[in-house]
Amino acid sequence: MQSSNMINYDYSVAKCFAIATIVFGIVGMAIGVLIAFQMAYPELNYLAGEYSTFGRLRPLHTDAVIFGFILSGVWSTWYYIGQRVLKVSMAESPFLMFMGKLHFWLYIVGVAVVVVTLFMGITTSKEYAEFEWPIDIVIVLIWVIWGMGIFGLIGIRREKTLYISIWYFIATFLGVAMLYLFNNMAVPTYFVAGLGKWYHSVSMYAGTNDAMVQWWYGHNAVAFVFTVPIIAMVYYFLPKESGQPVFSYKLSLLSFWGLMFVYLWAGGHHLLYSTVPDWVQTMGSIFSVVLILPSWGSAINMLLTMKGEWGQLKSNPLIKFMILASTFYMFSTIEGPIQAIKSVNALAHFTDWIPGHVHDGTLGWVGFMIIASLLHMAPRMFKREIYSKKLLEAQFWIQTTGIVLYFSSMWIAGITQGMMWRAADQYGNLAYSFIDTVNVLHPYYTIRGVGGLLYLVGFFMFSYNFYKTMTASKAIEEEPQSASPMAA
Amino acid sequence: MFHWLEKNPFFFAVGVFVVIAYAGVVTVLPDFMNSARPVVGTKPYTVLQLAGRHVYIKDSCNACHSQLIRPFKSETDRYGMYSLSGEYAYDRPFLWGSKRTGPDLMRVGNYRTTDWHEHHMLDPLSVVPGSIMPSYKHMFSNVADVETAYAEALTVKKVFNVPYDEKGMPKLGTYDEATKMALAEAKPIVDDMKNPEVKEAFARGEIKEIVAIIAYLNSLK
Ligand code: HEC
Repeated sequence: MQSSNMINYDYSVAKCFAIATIVFGIVGMAIGVLIAFQMAYPELNYLAGEYSTFGRLRPLHTDAVIFGFILSGVWSTWYYIGQRVLKVSMAESPFLMFMGKLHFWLYIVGVAVVVVTLFMGITTSKEYAEFEWPIDIVIVLIWVIWGMGIFGLIGIRREKTLYISIWYFIATFLGVAMLYLFNNMAVPTYFVAGLGKWYHSVSMYAGTNDAMVQWWYGHNAVAFVFTVPIIAMVYYFLPKESGQPVFSYKLSLLSFWGLMFVYLWAGGHHLLYSTVPDWVQTMGSIFSVVLILPSWGSAINMLLTMKGEWGQLKSNPLIKFMILASTFYMFSTIEGPIQAIKSVNALAHFTDWIPGHVHDGTLGWVGFMIIASLLHMAPRMFKREIYSKKLLEAQFWIQTTGIVLYFSSMWIAGITQGMMWRAADQYGNLAYSFIDTVNVLHPYYTIRGVGGLLYLVGFFMFSYNFYKTMTASKAIEEEPQSASPMAA
Repeated sequence: MFHWLEKNPFFFAVGVFVVIAYAGVVTVLPDFMNSARPVVGTKPYTVLQLAGRHVYIKDSCNACHSQLIRPFKSETDRYGMYSLSGEYAYDRPFLWGSKRTGPDLMRVGNYRTTDWHEHHMLDPLSVVPGSIMPSYKHMFSNVADVETAYAEALTVKKVFNVPYDEKGMPKLGTYDEATKMALAEAKPIVDDMKNPEVKEAFARGEIKEIVAIIAYLNSLK
């Protein structure tokens, strides 16, 4: 590790993506809070005519946080971690520098186009794959550029052995490439018919097949964007920040290959009791449960890395963020398999329990990991200490409260709704009309909105802290070895 | 044990790819042809219905509504017969949805009428007190895109052999013929509606989004 001080790492691309992470995070989460409150107060649908109705904003929210906030975070950390564990600076290769900058700017253009088109209602309707074919082409281009960056950097590396985080980044690159390509296969109608909107297309798959491909994609987009690259982060930043070696190398190996092997089978759990073949459903269910093993493997590896050093949880808020993130990871990877059990799924599917589950993963695990990673990087990229520890502590508790409000209200809402849909009176007739099952949810929707709002407030505190760290905090002479320096 | 692999990024990447790729092949492919076969009686959408389906997608109704009835008594009581795979054979994309903020719409054509939809889409609260569905006033002024719907129908006919123009199936014809048929199909819907703006536009030969989406909703059976 000594040689790392001698190489002059170039963080210009990492910094650009860090700022993008924050900007898209604010946008995506703000839209999320708005649509959460629309569920409780539907008048909020009309803030900007047709452009602010729930249907238009919902894809904007999911895509802004997945492909805006999270992907920017992944790329920011890649452009930081990649150089450091491969022991080579991007500045050594003008080509890689150029590709990195091209990657960033093309991505910004792509995001801008996506925002405009989704507001206009130009969508394929497939969740997290809403973009029409011209945008897909840009996305493929961006992805290829990133891939060239990864393998280019690996090609000129000094450290021959690939560190665990690099495995996960490679897997992210390959996994998303494969899933995205196959799920977005479509025929542009203008080229066949010579009429109509030039950007319109029709899916290559129909009905049940389309659903199967979509959820093979949808489930694994969760794998390769919400899980795999975030594990790459925790394997690098937790040991770095705590100064502790990773607990077990064998466990990391086992968890990695286990995750790769098992995850891709589990997509069927989105389609239980649907018209896809029974055996696909059963496989989806079984593999979802098996998935607990590699997921917990990684998480336990992280928790045990802190063995004997739990005091740091008190002294260092970044450790607190990362440990709670790993805990939320364990939480959502046990909740998911429970929901994938057929009889539970019969109740939970289509209800608010599902968004509840998604958010303890995204807010707790993904969000906290990205926040902690960026704050670990900040003193090293900007050569300044973190602006305020107090603010960070406050942010931690505000956001944690937000998450708890979110998932607990959605548990209650989901289970209530599921029970009411199936409830029968003494003669075996349905006991409730549909609208009864909507109205009963009002308080929970409100609580969820408040939870989301708290998380957003915390995110603003983080943004301010990051901005101040970047511009106004006390300069530091030497790069810190482990714990990030911060002003009280 | 894998140390060798970790020093060889190329083989490492190949290894990862193989491990993640074959699950997809094994789960999706075996039943692909089977799942694509339509149930007897299932017909492709007419151009007007397709235009309405595009409106449905444009406003992401599928963000709040499913179109998948599961085989439970509570669902068949509420929504009708459970879904069969072949009923979706012409659905590109599928619109099963993943969240039921509102009720399932797979067979809504069996129990809701044009008149009901007109009021409900304009102001859901006036029909169902306590509803949290947004109102879709803009559909009463936006014009439906029949041209793109026709382009899509022609595309699926040519590329995927969807049986338009075959015996007992919807007729597609040329673009001119198709627009005439769309107008003819829209007429009874417009007649059932009260909104003057929609009626005037129709008299000028314009089909509003609301007319197309009602044609689509009525076709869901
Ligand atoms: C924010 C979620 C939401 C969105 C978006 C939404 N709906 Fe609804 N929808 C509901 C709710 C809740 C109900 C139940 C209360 C009611 O009937 O208004 C409902 C009811 C309905 C019904 C009545 C079904 C029945 O069986 O009574 C129809 C038809 C309908 N919606 C069509 C649509 C269409 C078409 C769109 C897209 C343009 C749409 N909805 C978008 C929430 C939504």
